Amino acid sequence: MAKQYETVIGLEVHVELATKTKIFCGCSTAFGGAPNTHTCPVCTGMPGSLPVLNKQVVEYAMAVGLATNCQIHQYCKFDRKNYFYPDNPQNYQISQLYLPICHDGGVEIETAAGKKVIGIHEIHMEEDAGKLVHDEWEDCSLVDYNRSGVPLIEIVSEPDMRNADEVIAYLDKLRMIVQYLGASDCKLQEGSMRADVNLSVREVGSEKFGTRTEMKNLNSFKAIARAIDGERARQIELLEEGKPVIQETRRWDDNKEYSYPMRSKEDAHDYRYFPDPDLVPVVISDEWLQAVRDRQPELRTEKLARYKREFDIPDYDAGILTESKRMADIFEETTALCGKPKKVSNWLMGETLRLLKEENMEPDELGFSPAHLAKLIELVEAGTINQTVAKEVFERVFYDNADPEKYVEEHGLKTVNDEGELKRVVEEVIAANPQSVADYKGGKDKALGFLVGQTMKAMKGKANPGAVNKLLKELLG
Amino acid sequence: MESCDGISEGKVMANIISDETIEYVGILAKLELSDEEKEQAKHDIGRMLDYVDKLNELDTSGVEPLSHVFPVHNVFREDVVTNGDEREKILANAPEEKDGAFKVPKTVE
Ligand SMILES: [Zn+2]
Repeated sequence: MAKQYETVIGLEVHVELATKTKIFCGCSTAFGGAPNTHTCPVCTGMPGSLPVLNKQVVEYAMAVGLATNCQIHQYCKFDRKNYFYPDNPQNYQISQLYLPICHDGGVEIETAAGKKVIGIHEIHMEEDAGKLVHDEWEDCSLVDYNRSGVPLIEIVSEPDMRNADEVIAYLDKLRMIVQYLGASDCKLQEGSMRADVNLSVREVGSEKFGTRTEMKNLNSFKAIARAIDGERARQIELLEEGKPVIQETRRWDDNKEYSYPMRSKEDAHDYRYFPDPDLVPVVISDEWLQAVRDRQPELRTEKLARYKREFDIPDYDAGILTESKRMADIFEETTALCGKPKKVSNWLMGETLRLLKEENMEPDELGFSPAHLAKLIELVEAGTINQTVAKEVFERVFYDNADPEKYVEEHGLKTVNDEGELKRVVEEVIAANPQSVADYKGGKDKALGFLVGQTMKAMKGKANPGAVNKLLKELLG
Repeated sequence: MESCDGISEGKVMANIISDETIEYVGILAKLELSDEEKEQAKHDIGRMLDYVDKLNELDTSGVEPLSHVFPVHNVFREDVVTNGDEREKILANAPEEKDGAFKVPKTVE
């Protein structure tokens, strides 16, 4: 019988924090600056410069630690991780080895197989490196230190995951937590969230872990899932052939769906960590910790439960509405303004999702104001506009954040509630369509629909279809 | 003769640094040493380790590990941008530059 293998996966997730400045200097973290325009002697490792810790980094790290059920080291400090590489101008990265700010936590994930807790070994603060670009013309590398010193937290999980589903669920959970805290936008594609996958295989039933490899360059959930399946297959094949798995760092090539060993930076694994003498320890008082705890916003899991309880929103809808903090904020603010959670949910789940999909946009990019959606809902409720017109107006709200009241006024879209006017138009339609009238009278109900459509068209959509239907029936006897 | 670390020059060293070790340390530190310099370094590092052995003779059980020599903690900055574009000055330190970037020998991942 063929051997059965189990995959053992642990993740190292780097999250770029949403601070305005770098971790140890007052340089901007803004994206898109020309190369090296956000640099100073500190983040380019000039001799004699002194790093000073950004307090916000500590607060974000604490917030993420608390939200992931971690213990906080109330006495923590920074260490130097030594290695030579051009993206690292100091020849060491300031990180935390001995006393990371958070430790021993975990988050609950849910997959088709059920619920499970994934342990978090530690979370530490560190600085990002610069960016290297290969120059084809001169066959050299160009270094931009704008990202050098941008604050990161590294969230190190326990080797608790067993398949790609669990890994994706765990990453999604972390992403939600960090986004809700406002600590990062966590975009895999843009690199503000990066995951390295540590993977080994072992025979089912074995207690001992196999030799693991670390995979880098995974920039989408799909790439991560493919990399896990690919690396699992590669390791099993080696074991089946009686060959050893080598502990190494591999780079996933998502196009070729295969991982390749990265050229080992000579003895790169001997980092000779030691405490950074330039930085004094961080002491977190009980009061400070409590203040951060008190400021924690409602997280997604709590929000989900509250939506179901307070607004009677179905599971699926509540899931979609809370999947992005922006969407949840719009839902809550609009509901507070118009008092109609179901209607708000319908607009978000229906037209909003449709347009997002059409435009290939993320919910985080939604730009309209809740006040405008609330107004639109009120216009429909009051019968000022009908559903068809409302959809047209909503598009303007979605794209231009238009004020629905003004838009309806300016474009003369109000439903005509003048009965005399409506009757006149209906009579005209009846006169102009004798065949349909005959069909209807002959028992073809479909013909009525056609007549309603013709009336709506003549009214330029500004009629209440229910009223038109009723009037037609009356007039046709 | 007593040197400043309290270990006598003539004494036989307890810590003998092997050729492999000095080679390895050289690679880590990105240093290329001549044979003569290697011998000197082996001797120096051996004496440093002897000194550490001496320190280790002290009973430090019950003493908290020292993380910083100054009795200072919590030195922070507020999260406010204070630096502008100083690219010209920063690049003045570059051995070579191109397109606003530091130009370095090709790196391969
Ligand atoms: Zn800087």
